[in-house]
Formats: sequence, C-alpha cells, structure tokens
Amino acid sequence: MKPPAFSYARPTSLEEALLMLSENGPDARILAGGQSLIPMLSLRLARPALLVDLARIPALDGIELGNDSVSISCMVRESQAERSEALLRRIPILRDTLPLIGHEAIRNRGTLVGSLCHADPAAELPAVALALDAVVIARSSAGGTRRIAARDFFLGPYTTSLREDELVTAVELADRPWQGACFLEVSRRRGDFAMAGLAAFLTLEGGAIRRLRLSFCATGDRPTLWTEEDLQVGGLDLDDGVVEHLARVTSTALEPIADVHGSASYKKQLAAVLVRRGLRLAQSRARAGATAEPSGAR
Amino acid sequence: MPHEEKALYGPDERVEIQLSVNGTPRRGAAQPRRTLADFLRDELQLTGTHLGCEHGVCGACTVMVDGDPVRSCLMLAVQAHGREVVTIEGLAGDGTMGPLQEAMWEEHSFQCGFCTPGMLIQLSHLLQSNPTPNETEVRDSISGNLCRCTGYESIVRGAMAAAKRLSDAD
Repeated sequence: MKPPAFSYARPTSLEEALLMLSENGPDARILAGGQSLIPMLSLRLARPALLVDLARIPALDGIELGNDSVSISCMVRESQAERSEALLRRIPILRDTLPLIGHEAIRNRGTLVGSLCHADPAAELPAVALALDAVVIARSSAGGTRRIAARDFFLGPYTTSLREDELVTAVELADRPWQGACFLEVSRRRGDFAMAGLAAFLTLEGGAIRRLRLSFCATGDRPTLWTEEDLQVGGLDLDDGVVEHLARVTSTALEPIADVHGSASYKKQLAAVLVRRGLRLAQSRARAGATAEPSGAR
Repeated sequence: MPHEEKALYGPDERVEIQLSVNGTPRRGAAQPRRTLADFLRDELQLTGTHLGCEHGVCGACTVMVDGDPVRSCLMLAVQAHGREVVTIEGLAGDGTMGPLQEAMWEEHSFQCGFCTPGMLIQLSHLLQSNPTPNETEVRDSISGNLCRCTGYESIVRGAMAAAKRLSDAD
C-alpha cells in the first residue's frame, strides 16, 4: 500500500510543466490535489514514471468572475471554492454540491479541475460541469490552447478527451441564471461515493417549464444530461404527472453499473427518486427565488 | 534555512524537506514516493500518527497542514516542504491533556486507540472553527474517520462534552 517509485518534478512555470508533459508522454502524470492520484498509486492502479507537481507554479489558484462565466483555475481546492461566497453566489448549485465531495480532509487538498480530469463516473462535479456548458481550457507546448466543451470531454470511466501532452489550466462555467437549482445524491454514508446523484436546473414561466436540465452522476459510465428540449417538456406545467413522467423517462434510459452497493435496477430506482425530489426542490427554490440562499437540503 | 531546490528529482533521490512540525522547525529527507505519514513516523519518529488503510478511506492518519485537516497518507512528504504540520503529539505538548482530550477520556471515547489521533485532529479542528457544534455537525465532521470499536456514540458524547466545557469556560 505504498506508492511505486517515480521521479518528481516541481516546475516553477507553466511552460516548463508543459514541456515535461510533452517529453514524457503517457509516463507523466500531473499532481494537483492528489486525492485521487495518490490512492491510485498506493493501490498500484497507476505507475507513472514522473509526477509533475503544479504547486510551485504561481497564478494557478485563482477564481475569476467574468461577465457571463466564471473561471476556476486548476489548483483551486474544493474547500477554497466552498469558502468563496462570490463564487457560490454566481454558481449557487456549488453550495449543494461541494460539501458532498468526499470528506473535509479530502476537500482541503482536492481540486475541482482535478475531479473533472479524473472523470470518476460517481463524481459530482462532472455532472455539474456538463449541465453548465463548462469549457475545459487545455494547454500544451505544441498545440497552444484548446477549449474543450464538457460534452466532448467526458468519454467514459476515468477517460477524457485530453491528450497526453495537455494540461487543464482552468474550467469555465457559464452562469446563465437559473431560477432554481439543486444537487442531490444518495450515498451510504456522508462523504462516500454517490450511488446516484442529480444536478437539477429549472427556470419557470408562470408555473410552466421554460428551461430544464437534469444531469446525473454515478448512473452510467459518464455523466448524463437531458434538457427540456430532449425531454419535450418545454411549456408544460411542472405538476405531479410531469414529475412522474420525467422520473420514469430518465431513469429508464440510464444505464447504471451494478456494484457491491446495488444492482443496476436499484440505482435506476434511486435516480427516479432523485428526479422527484430534485424537481420539487428546484421548483420551490425557483418560486422562492432562493437559490442564492444557503440550504441544508441534501 | 535556504537550500538548493531542484526542478526534478529521480525516484531514488532523497529530497530535502524543511517544515514546521508542532511549532518546531524540522528537516529531513525522503524519496519522492514517500507519503507525509511515513515521513512523520519513520523519519521524524512521530509515531502518534496512525496508518490504517493507506488510501485515504479510514482517516486515522489525519494531521493538520497549514491549519486544515488533511490525510497524511494522501500527501507526499515532498509536498509538505515549507508547510506547518500539527500532529497528535502537538495537541498536548507539555504532557497534559487539552479539554477535548480530557472530555473524550472521561466519556470513554476510545477503546483500542487506533482511530484516536485522527479523531482528535479532526474534532479539534471542528471545535476551532465551530465552538458550539450540534450532534449532526459532530457526526458530519468525523464521517471520514472510521472507528471499529465504539460505534461512535462515546466519541460523539466526548466531543459534545468538550464543546460544552469550552463554551461554559468562555
């Protein structure tokens, strides 16, 4: 249960780090928060020849609040984001989402961008990123900057469209205002991996659905997103019948992976429960205009 | 204490590490693969930090780094260079127990003692950041710390008693 031997680099500039990646290809791995990478090393699921630690590179730990998007740099830790009231006001769903990621001691080291790059199917942030039309900013020494839309980024379990020589310097989240949003998940114990998770975003017009996004995690090999258009519910009143319809349609289509904690059909059932709860919570927040308020709801 | 820092270290190279541990400047050296937990235990002889699962699940190895609890098995020793670390040894430097330790002792919060260092670090941080936690907040705080003896009830009781004692003293 000890990490295998590796070389260790701590470059002091981004250019230096990118060069190390391009020279070492698949043998190099980026070390940001390390909360997924180091367990993988200890379990010998990964055996990189070189770890490139980003900690000494200045200016990779900022949260920038732009006019219609926010940019979160690759060394921003989850606990740092949790404490950024300005960020939480702009992307209120993070208030629900961030406390669900691991435990406090994990969030004190783990980074948001690292969670996206790790692409664990059970992770919460990829589902949020997908729903918020996130753009991943990937840099490489040969190819300059590539902007990758979240829908093109997550390819499968622990698999992204990132190339071996690329480093994600930041993620941009679009903050189109939503009237009501929430993140809910079911896990066996607080902080454990989700057995099913849902990010729900809702904007109403006179009680009817104007815009809707339902983004699931832990219910397939990657996050799964539906919009009001996909689901053909734009303009419908969000009543019991529509809620039930949405719970059935989405949970039926999901393809969760059975594991020791539950069968695929059990996880579909959880997804349906989350849709019912999530839509009701998003609806009540939309009505109250209360998404910016702290909420203890889980 | 200036020393030469390189940008790249080989797998067998011992990297010099300078850090503060429990308020005292310490220095040592470790291969890149060595975790902070092993560095504290083997290099600095601070064996109060316990290693249970060694992959970030059990919480026994929790220490404070720059004031925040982290898993010392999920941090490399080289990453702790220049940081301030507090271990269980730092909670009672002069050999007397602090209020949290005393309350937990009285409430029989520990049996085998394996989870104790992680529990104490995590809970002392909780009481620093939230001096009047309710029981749910105590349970949330230690949700990442496994105890196989107590069923947690006596640990929660001890933390609540410490919180009460600390707020009564104010």
